[in-house]
Order: sequence, then C-alpha cells, then structure tokens
Amino acid sequence: MSMTDMTAAKLSCAIKEGRTTAVEATQAMLARIEEQDGMYHCYVTVDRDGAMAQAKEVQAKIEAGELTGPLAGVPLAVKDNLCTKGLLTTCASKILGNFVPTYTAEAVLRLKRAGAIVLGKTNMDEFAMGSTTETSAYGVTKNPWNTKHVPGGSSGGSAAAVAARECFYALGTDTGGSIRQPASYCGVVGMKPTYGTVSRYGLIAYGSSLDQIGPLTKDVTDCAMVLEAISAHDEKDSTSVEREDTDFTSALQDDVQGMRIGIPNDYFGEGLDEDVKAAVLRAAEVLEGKGALVERFNLSLVEYAVPTYYTIAAAEASSNLERFDGIKYGYRTADYAGLHNMYKKSRSEGFGEEVKRRIMLGSFVLSSGYYDAYYLKALQVKALIKRAFDEAFGKYDVILGPVAPTTAPELGASLAEPIKMYLGDIYTIAVNLAGLPALSLPCGTDRNGLPIGLQLIGDCFEEKKLIRAAYAYEKARGAFRSGQDEDKCAGQKATDVGQAEQAAEAGCIKQTEQEGGSHE
Amino acid sequence: MANIISDETIEYVGILAKLELSDEEKERAKSDMGRMLDYIDKLGELDTTGVEPMSHVFPVQNVFREDMVINGDTREELLSNAPQHKDGMFMAPKTFD
Amino acid sequence: MSKQYEIVIGLEVHVELATKTKIFCGCSTAFGAAPNTQTCPVCTGMPGSLPVLNKQVLEYAIAVGLATNCDITRYAKFDRKNYFYPDNPQNYQISQLYLPICRDGSVEIETEEGGTKSVGIHEIHMEEDAGKLIHDEWEDCSLVDYNRSGVPLIEIVSKPDMRSAQEVIAYLEKLRLIIQYLGASDCKLQEGSMRADVNLSVREAGAQEFGTRTEMKNLNSFKAISRAIEGEKERQIDLIESGEKVVQETRRWDDGKGESYAMRSKEDAQDYRYFPDPDLAPIVVSDEMLERIKAGQPEFRTEKMKRYKEEFGIPDYDIEIITGSKHMADIFEAAVAFSGQPKKVSNWLMGETLRLMKEKEVDASELVLSPRHLAKLIALTDSKAVNSSVAKEVFEAMFEKDVDPEQYVEEHGLKTVNDEGALRSVVEEVLAANPQSVADFKNGKEKAIGFLVGQTMKAMKGKADPAAVNQMLREML
Repeated sequence: MSMTDMTAAKLSCAIKEGRTTAVEATQAMLARIEEQDGMYHCYVTVDRDGAMAQAKEVQAKIEAGELTGPLAGVPLAVKDNLCTKGLLTTCASKILGNFVPTYTAEAVLRLKRAGAIVLGKTNMDEFAMGSTTETSAYGVTKNPWNTKHVPGGSSGGSAAAVAARECFYALGTDTGGSIRQPASYCGVVGMKPTYGTVSRYGLIAYGSSLDQIGPLTKDVTDCAMVLEAISAHDEKDSTSVEREDTDFTSALQDDVQGMRIGIPNDYFGEGLDEDVKAAVLRAAEVLEGKGALVERFNLSLVEYAVPTYYTIAAAEASSNLERFDGIKYGYRTADYAGLHNMYKKSRSEGFGEEVKRRIMLGSFVLSSGYYDAYYLKALQVKALIKRAFDEAFGKYDVILGPVAPTTAPELGASLAEPIKMYLGDIYTIAVNLAGLPALSLPCGTDRNGLPIGLQLIGDCFEEKKLIRAAYAYEKARGAFRSGQDEDKCAGQKATDVGQAEQAAEAGCIKQTEQEGGSHE
Repeated sequence: MANIISDETIEYVGILAKLELSDEEKERAKSDMGRMLDYIDKLGELDTTGVEPMSHVFPVQNVFREDMVINGDTREELLSNAPQHKDGMFMAPKTFD
Repeated sequence: MSKQYEIVIGLEVHVELATKTKIFCGCSTAFGAAPNTQTCPVCTGMPGSLPVLNKQVLEYAIAVGLATNCDITRYAKFDRKNYFYPDNPQNYQISQLYLPICRDGSVEIETEEGGTKSVGIHEIHMEEDAGKLIHDEWEDCSLVDYNRSGVPLIEIVSKPDMRSAQEVIAYLEKLRLIIQYLGASDCKLQEGSMRADVNLSVREAGAQEFGTRTEMKNLNSFKAISRAIEGEKERQIDLIESGEKVVQETRRWDDGKGESYAMRSKEDAQDYRYFPDPDLAPIVVSDEMLERIKAGQPEFRTEKMKRYKEEFGIPDYDIEIITGSKHMADIFEAAVAFSGQPKKVSNWLMGETLRLMKEKEVDASELVLSPRHLAKLIALTDSKAVNSSVAKEVFEAMFEKDVDPEQYVEEHGLKTVNDEGALRSVVEEVLAANPQSVADFKNGKEKAIGFLVGQTMKAMKGKADPAAVNQMLREML
C-alpha cells in the first residue's frame, strides 16, 4: 500500500510513531499531483512551496510535542471558495482570477492550528453553482473512476482529489448537495453538517442560508475526525451555533441495534436508476441485518424542494455576488465608458453563463412586484418542508436514501439542459433547506463500474447518529477501492502493509475509533 | 411556456444585476428564465395560507458583539487586490457629473 | 388671484450613533483618520466576510425609540437593500425594511403660534453608513474611502405631519435634543452626524389627498433645509400652476445656487430588492432588555427644567437656554457641583459663553470648556485674585482651549496686585501727574475719581482690584 492510499487517521498514526513524517507525506502527495493531476485536473492551484514550508514547520512541532492531534501533519486540499491568506482563491471564476485573500477561512484556520498542511485549492463549479464542476472557468475536472465522466459538483475537485489519492482528505462546501453528490460520484465519504456547525467565515457565499462547509474523506473515521476538528462556535459568524456535542469521533461505533431508519418512498420514484436503487436498498438491508429497524414512509413535498431551492439560492446569490464589481478586487474590464458600463462589462465578462443565469433569476424573483409571489412563497414552502422533516424525525433516527438519481453522467451531458441538471439535486436539496446534517458514503458500483452513494440524513444536531450508522455500514461493507482506472485491477484487499505495521496502526487508531479493530 | 419574458424585462433585470448580455445571450436568458419560472410556479400548487415564511432555520437569535475596537490599520492588505488605487483609496470611474 | 397651497412634509432623518465601533465589525468610528485605515474585511465587503451586530447600536436605537414614544418591535430583523454604488462595498446596504426596531412614535413640537403639535414617527430603523467618495480632478475619477462604511446609523422616518419649514426645524431641534440627552449621537448637521432628507408635496389648502412628493437630499444646515423647503414649494406650485405634473423623484439641493436638480439616471432603477439578510440572526427584545434600557434612560429636558427651578433658583430664561443643549446642561451641573454657586455658573454661561458662541459661531454641543475650570475661575474672582475684566480675558482662553485658569493667570501675570505698598506708590504717581483731577475732586466733582481710578488701573496694567484702588484714592485725597 502506498502512502497516498492511507487514510488521514492512519497517516497521522504513522507520523506520530515516526514511521513517516509530514514532510514525506507532503512530498508524496505533491509528487502524485505532479504525476497525474494533468489527467484529472482536481486542483486550480497547487501550493508546492507553501505546503513544503508548512510540512517542515508542522513536523518540527510534532517532534517537539506541540502538535499531538489526529490531523497533525496530514496534508489536505481545500475547495477554492474558502479564503486562504496569501493563496489565490478564485471560486473557479474569472472574476476572482487574481484574488489573493488577506485572511483565512475559519474552518481552514482550525485545521491549520491542528497541524494540517494545505496542498492547494480544488476546482469547483464557478461560485459553487453547478453539479458537475464543468462551469469552472479553469477547465473541467474528470472523474478518477472514468475520465469520460464528471466528478459531480460543485465540490468536484475536492471529491476527485480524495478519490485520486491527490490528498488525504479535502474540504468542500454544500449548498444543495455540493459535497454529497460529488462524494457519491467519486466513491468517497462526504458530509454536510447541521447548518451553523462549521463557521462560514471566509467561505465565499453562494446561498448564505444554505451553505455549509464539510469534509470529503476516504472513510467514515476520517470524516468524523475532520468534522470534529472544524466544528466550533465562531463569534465572527452570526449563524454559528453553540453546541457541545461535537466530539463526533465518539460516535464511531459499530452498533445500530434498535436504530430507527426510515426510507422515504418518494426517493425511489421515477427517474431513479435501477442500479442505484438496488445498491441503496441493499445497504438498507445490511443495516437491518445489524439490528436497525428499517421502515418505509412518505416524506412528502419532495418535488417542491428543487423549485424552492432555486428561488432562494438564486435570490441570495444575486445579492451575495453584487460585491464583485471591479472596484475593490478581482477582474475589471479593460475598456469602459463610465461607472455603470464598467460594472456591467466587468461582471458580464467575469462571470460564466450559469452564474449569470442564477444572478438574473435571483434579481428577478426579488424585484418589485415579484417578491411575494416567488421569494416569500419559497420561504413558506421551505417552512413546510422543514415541518415534513420534523414529522419524519419524530419517528426515525435516520432517513436513508440515494444521493443522486444516477451515477456520474458523462462530461458535457448535463449543462445543455439546466432544469434536468437541477433535478439531479432532488434528494440532496431539501436537506439544505431544512438545515439538516447528511452524509454520503459509497455503497456499490453500477453496471459501468461507477460508484453509487448512499445518503443518510439526520435531524438537526444528530450527526452522531449518521456517523454511527455510516460506520456500522462501512464495517459490514468492507473497503471500497479507490477510483483510479489504474488501480482497478489491483485487488481491493491487497496491501503492501506488513502485519506488524498493521497491528501498530490498529493500536493507534483505536484512540480515534472507540470500537477499534482492524480497519482494512 | 407559461412565462414569457419580454425584452424589457431582460433589459430591466440587466440593470438591476449589472449584467450586459449580447443579443444571443438575451434570447437564451429569456427562454431559460421563462422555463425556470414555469418550474417555480409549481410552488403555487401548495396552499401556504398562514404559513410563516422561514428565513432562518434555527431559532438562533440575539447574536451581538461588544462595542470594542479590535481592528487596526490594515490598509496595505486591503488595497493589495485593488485593480487601481491612489493615495490609499480605491479608484473608481467617476460618480459625479 | 392664485390658489392657496399647503405644503406637506415628512422627514427621513439619519443619525450617526456615538458608538466606538462600527455596526457590524470592530473597526473604530473615530473621525479624521487617514483614508481606509479604519477598515477590515467586513466593512469593505471582502468575499467571505460576515457581519455581527454591535449590541450598543441596538440599545441606542431602542433608547431613542422609547424617548420618542415608539412601540419597540419584539422580533426585529435586518434586510439587505441592493443597489450598486462604489461607496457601498457589498453593493447592498444592511438596513431594516420589514421588521424595523421601532414603530409608531411621536414627538411634541412647539408651533409658531405658541401652541404644541404632535409629529408622528412612522418608524426608526438601524442601518450601516456608506463610505466616502472624493472626486479626483487629476485622474477624473472617484476615490473611495471606507472609513465611514459601516458606521452605525438610525433612520427616523416621520409621518407627513409637518406643514412649514418652522415645524421642520422645531421637529429636528426636538429630535436632536432627545438624542443628545441620550448620548446616542452628537447630532451635528454640518459634520453629517445628523442628516435630514425632506419629502415634500403641495396641495390646495383644504384638500384631503396628498400631492406627488419629491425627496430632497444634501441638506447640511437648518438654513439649507429652510431654503430647500421654500425652493421646492415654489417649484412644485409653479409646475401645478402651469398645468404640469410633479414627478416623484429624488432631488439634490445645491445650497450655493439655491436650486435643486433630479438625481435620476436610467441605470438607477430604484428597485432595491429588499430581503431578510441571511447572515444576521433575528433580534428578540426581551422584557428584561427593555426594562434595563428604560431604567438607564437619562433625565430629559422637561424634568431637568423643573428640577433646575426647584434646586437652583435660576431664572426660567437661563434654564431654557442651558437645558437647550445636553452638553451645556452637563457643564452647568458639574460646575455647580464643583463651585456650589449655581447663579454665578449660570451667569458665565448666559453672558460670556453665549456671546463667544455667537461671535465664534460655536454650537453648544461643541463647547470645550470644562466644568472644573469654570469653577476654578469663579473661585479666583470670589477671592478677588482676579478682577472681572481679567476674568473675562481668562474665560475667553478657556472657551478657546479649556486652559486651566489658575495656570493661565500665573503664566500671564494677571493676578491682582494686593500689595498695598506697591499700589500706594502707583496712586501717589497718578495723583502727582493729574493735579487738575485732584483739584476737581476736591471741588466736589465726584466724576473725577473715576478718571483717577482708570489711570491707576492703566498704570497697574489692569491687575488691581478697582474697589481697592477707589478706596485708597479717597483715603489719600
């Protein structure tokens, strides 16, 4: 097993035990990126020098005993809509093509304090608007499982980077499924926490009431670990929630005995791919086999979530993106006649088509005479959707369903028909409207060998139930192979790790995984 | 398409959003927006009489800061991304006639 | 004979609150700093930055609402007002439209006829100020300074209850006094910490319907407001008389030219697309918070006037002037506390202070004179250490720079000479030099002594007690 295949938890143990160093891990990742990112294009910016400098500093602190946490020395990739001081942050848009933030997003800062090393910034749909990472101004990212397919989006670069072993884990953002859907398409674990759990300070906003930052990882253990590190109340974010139950790794327990799991019939209707459906239902059976009480029910209002979402997200986006005006930062057109012409030309040249489409829609639904009919109506339906979930969580601990109706579509197949693309978000979007936590983890592959994602949705602040269910499922499922074409033939169980090394790792990881045991 | 978006509407939204579209883009925007609105009109099927519009999902309220100065002078940083600046200020096309 | 018209006026008054920091970030609000040195990612609209409400802003807004008899909104929110302009870094202003913090209040004003009238307050909302734009002639562009961006404002929107420029001024004076008493703002029109936009329409006297109104901006003094009201009234009447229509629009007053012009452009749609700001949490005003703010309300003018009359026994006219400014009343009360002499303190304020304010065009809110120094000056005159004309000279220095009177007298050698020997020798010289006056006095011309006192004071360079000089002259004659 090469170092780049390690999970964050394992790498951290290896570093702590002196079997490798943060510097070696960073070098290995940078070499990997150098070697293959031309093929996948997961990154917009790779910070080679910065990463190496951080790695040396972190390694010294680890050796001095100043950094002891489970993420110390582990390199990660950060989605390019999270501000990083001194490091280009583009939101995959031409309008921020030269923007170097003067401060670092709170979530990234928390990881850095824990000894994380930022390798670079990952590609995404422009301003997180899209489901394929094809709306990036800096080229498309390809799915490591099959480069003819999209990685999903908008956190496609982050998901692909984890799948392609170009980072040990990544941060993404999820406004309507932007972590979970690419995680599903790329066969990795992705989680959107409860709204307010992770500070949004430094996240370049798309839909402020919906955006949350979350982890994309190789397994559930890493997911819990990263989420635990980035969750904290932040005085700089008024929507940040004060909660004390963020010791998410304590939920890494292989136990779903008596857990009530609801399967919404409405998530298994028309448009759902047969392979996806079968894999998800098999996963439900696995959990049932482990003692969970699985039941079908009607969630209701599912078909209204997408139009509600696009109204609210577009309205907020139209306002959030007003600040990109060619005066304070970012792109300014070369020739213009007067102020308003400068605004219009800079913005028209700086934003891509999908972004402009949503800004136009958002400006329209907020405009005089339409506010009540569109925007207020959407906020009312949002209240109804929230109510439907409240009712469901009166009966169930976890809602289980697919992440997306299909596996990753082929490149270029989605953008032609926006509404069809929007409909692909049907199972993920309501979660953001209701502020709920949800997790995506691989549960199989389709007839073409593309990964399928299982979605677990919890009530607000019930991430631990999701982590427990996901961990239990993962244990039963066994390892999910990495996505790359070149690795397909390599046996999933085959590793180069010696027995002694494995045992050592297991011992170290035991501290993270309460339940312990071999993790391969 | 139930919603027909006029040239005037596209023009007007362009003024609000500060976007200038080519003729071709305008046609596309008209049809895209019309279709999106048709789709959004689906919400009209739901009776929302008496439902309080929900702008915040959680009852997080009264988030305040104390009235204490915590920021210093970071002008150099501020201007580092400016397309044009002069005398410590951002340069913008003139706003006075 | 032309028709009789009535003007209908409502005001939108913006008041900059006297907080140390901005409304949504910890940047200083102090005046006079170099451009953009009091800024941060929040108040310059950097991507990813988020606002957090300054608690003091809310408390001031509620305090002003309570003092103007408003209902306090128990569940309030902030909304975004979207419009593009370079002084507005996010290109939306965080304000309140749907659930403003205060509603339905009123203040009493005195009318020209000597009666009182209630002016309704429609609402008071909190919002952020914009940055400053400076025109650069050389580059022919605008320069943007965000030091003022995010400075907290309240906007007090009146009902269309005023009918004359005099009522408008009375209303503004009243608001200013209330807000100054609260310490919520210094309310200086010239410096822009109080700004009034005038909504005005005209209608035929006796008509029930309102006419079409215009909004007038850029009014920097009470005088400008009066002139703008007259100007706009004439303009609207002329339009109506000539059969044209008044257009609802925003106009900018040019006080130098004495005329206004429309500010509209086709790029200015005036469609602000307000919606609740998802970045800010709603405000829930609890009973406890409301009670605490109520308990902290200061003594307002009416109560103060009553107390001064009972406690200090100074004339009604003095009370009226002194309480006409919170700052002057504060100086008065503190100086009385130091000196124990309300009448003398009042005399200084009513006499020299008012004279110098008028002469030097200083507003009462700008007085720098400290109560401790005023009390010291009173003590110096009481002990006859300085005579009254020297005291006035010292006072002028105090008025200008708040000098310590004891130190000033010392440094400038202004102390009255109480050395009898020194005085006697000067008197002897004066008597010797003016034999005619001496003779006149001895012949019963009482007036001659005045001349001799004057000559002696002159020789003493004013540093003598005139009464003592008078007495010695009489003795020696």
